[in-house]
Amino acid sequence: MIKIFGVGSAGVSLLDALNGEEFAGAGFVAINTDASPLAASSATVKIHLETKLMRGLGTGGDPERGRAIAEEQFSTLKTASEGADVVLIVAGLGGGAGSGISPVLARAAKETGALVLVFATLPFLCEGNRRQQQAQQSLEQLKSVADGVVCLTNQKVFKLIDENTSVLDTFRITGGLLIEGIRGVWQLLTRPGLIQIHFDDLCALVRDRHSESVFASVEAAGAGRSREVVEKLLAHPLLDEGRALAESDAVLVSLVGGKDLTMAEVNRVMEQISRQCERAEIIMGAVMDATLKNRLSVTVIAARHNPVAKTEMTGDSSEPSAARGATSRSGVRSIPPAPSFTAEQREQMVARHSSGGRSRRNSSKMLQAQLPLAIVSKGRFDKSEPTIHKGEDLDIPTYIRRGVALN
Amino acid sequence: MFDDANIIVGLEIGTSKVCAVVGEQSADGALNIIGLGQSRSRGVRKGEIADAPMVEEDVRNAIVEAEQMADVEIRNVYLGVTGAHIRGFNNRGVHPVVSADREISDDDVQDVVKNAKAINLPNENTVVHAIRQHFFVDGQDGVTNPVGMLGSRLEVDVHVVHGHTNRLQNAIRLVKGLQLEVDEIVFNGLASSLALLSGEQKELGALVIDIGGGTTDYVVYSDGVIKHTGVLAIGGDHVSNDLAYGLKVPLSRAEKLKLEHGSALVDDAVKGRTVTITNELGLPLKTINVEHLQRIMSLRLEEMFQLITQDLEQAGLADYLRAGVFLCGGGARVPQITKLAEPILQMPVSLGQTNSVSGLKSALDQPEFVTAIGLARFGSFKNRKRENKTSFTRGIKSTITSILRR
Repeated sequence: MIKIFGVGSAGVSLLDALNGEEFAGAGFVAINTDASPLAASSATVKIHLETKLMRGLGTGGDPERGRAIAEEQFSTLKTASEGADVVLIVAGLGGGAGSGISPVLARAAKETGALVLVFATLPFLCEGNRRQQQAQQSLEQLKSVADGVVCLTNQKVFKLIDENTSVLDTFRITGGLLIEGIRGVWQLLTRPGLIQIHFDDLCALVRDRHSESVFASVEAAGAGRSREVVEKLLAHPLLDEGRALAESDAVLVSLVGGKDLTMAEVNRVMEQISRQCERAEIIMGAVMDATLKNRLSVTVIAARHNPVAKTEMTGDSSEPSAARGATSRSGVRSIPPAPSFTAEQREQMVARHSSGGRSRRNSSKMLQAQLPLAIVSKGRFDKSEPTIHKGEDLDIPTYIRRGVALN
Repeated sequence: MFDDANIIVGLEIGTSKVCAVVGEQSADGALNIIGLGQSRSRGVRKGEIADAPMVEEDVRNAIVEAEQMADVEIRNVYLGVTGAHIRGFNNRGVHPVVSADREISDDDVQDVVKNAKAINLPNENTVVHAIRQHFFVDGQDGVTNPVGMLGSRLEVDVHVVHGHTNRLQNAIRLVKGLQLEVDEIVFNGLASSLALLSGEQKELGALVIDIGGGTTDYVVYSDGVIKHTGVLAIGGDHVSNDLAYGLKVPLSRAEKLKLEHGSALVDDAVKGRTVTITNELGLPLKTINVEHLQRIMSLRLEEMFQLITQDLEQAGLADYLRAGVFLCGGGARVPQITKLAEPILQMPVSLGQTNSVSGLKSALDQPEFVTAIGLARFGSFKNRKRENKTSFTRGIKSTITSILRR
């Protein structure tokens, strides 16, 4: 069972766009603090988070309020996500509801034992500094809570639009791109796979990576479709004409074709793509979809490792997952299908996730800071500019930094 | 009595001392040291001025002493600069040769060097030196002087040393405030290397490490040109400070203990040996374990050499230094320092000797004065170039006047 959550106004409208035949079988849940967009939504379940404080007017762009209200209604969120194996959260970060509620929702879903993947958009630069900051902050929180975060920087869409594109169309394009990505993942997870990508692989790919993982989805039909697909992919503006591939260090490629998809085609596409990203570790999957007939659709998610961005809010290191181990091997061209979980393994995972969730919640409380026990005086260098070399303060005596004992 | 052009003064405002060296340049360009003045420095930390009035006084004292000794009046100085803000890197400049006959002219050379200097420095930084390494003419490597050669594309590698403008200006302004003209500022490490290395050693590849009071400057030569420069804001002061902290004695006492009992390696003989420090009345104050003292010192110096080695490895120069390593500065006086440095740097390490300079024996032998001597030497090189030019113009002038007189 897969549940798709739309959070905030942006999330809810994206959810409506998703709610079609293609995604039959998924549970759609819309969550918002503002009543009016919620009323218009076609989602099966609607959750209206509200307190008296807000008088039904939403969070006013303040993620703290969104967070507070979500924490208050934590049990509601948990009930909503119960019964799902995989939870997809769709949100536009930067505002109050999306940025505030999604991390809490992700945590709630984790506690019910589901795997959580977040699709988020980051605001345009012109939307202002505050929204950027809020979005970044929320993104960090999401990264520490969810199994994976795929994120689309709206700013990148500027390459796709021209002078005359209206604001409405622009947002439609960004929404469309995100939906493409979700569709790719959806197909990956639900269609019978020739070469399967397990959800864990996907999560491991997007985990700990740069906040701006890019993705692109292209389609082609006819005899030369494999070649055409690659050409389109390399010309895709979101991939910076293929440069993004060269820079990324992990790439997930999902091919979806009709029943006539041949191995030679898969091979040709993969060969081309792996030539583009020699540094990257590539995870590939091929999926059948009878409805596609003679078309071939390729979805690429490329992520770049960024150690700086890896500032986990909660700092839990108790989660060395098997999947991460599998991907830390560099230069792996393809990964064998992950083992399917037995009932007890799944239980173990659930237990681990839920305990992890709890510890996170505890650590998000205020902690009293501790001062370092011994303060090393820098003597005559006390007031001068410190000599820092690779994060080490060289003014402090070497024997202290190296921990040499003088008895 | 002396022609002004022949007197060259190097002034180093160091962390532990201010030192002025007066050199006299003979007609053939050789440098003779005729005076030396020094004064304890009290207002400098890590090579940079921290207390300007104090430094002013110290500089005045040093200059006066040098003037008396050399019996000259000092008007211009070559000023040595250092500090953690100084960085060096290599850059290449390109210039197309546009003249009709494709002959490379002097102007082309100046243009290409100018291009190489035009680099993206942060706004607040200025270039201290842009030292030419090699020219390339149409990709042909290893040209040292391209003037007169034919080519369409002239390139040059330069080593650029740059630093923080305001901090450099601080020292210059201070010296100017003493009614002295600053001819040029020179990076201390470069000056030291000029005083120590012979042409052959530069050609073979050498590393000069100047261990000063507040900073350690180092310069790498390979193929006769400067390949790398660096400043570590660690020096003798740090050793003293470590000792003061580790042995729990005042800084002045730590300084004295360092000079009396210090060593770069822990001697086997000192195991368990102690010294008692006494107050001015001769009463015992504290007992110090000499082994601890030497261990603290050894660790600090070891780390310093390790940092330099790391830097050289990063620059990919560690294997090109066939002439070895030369130490100078006050830190070179630490007993056994070459023995400590050799296994870390994995090269022969020796104490540098100032060569091709004559004059005061007392000045030439001390590693502390190497930088100041090098400054004077830098000045003598500059002077020689200028001399050539002025004599040329003077020559023309005299011919013209002689024609007019007729």
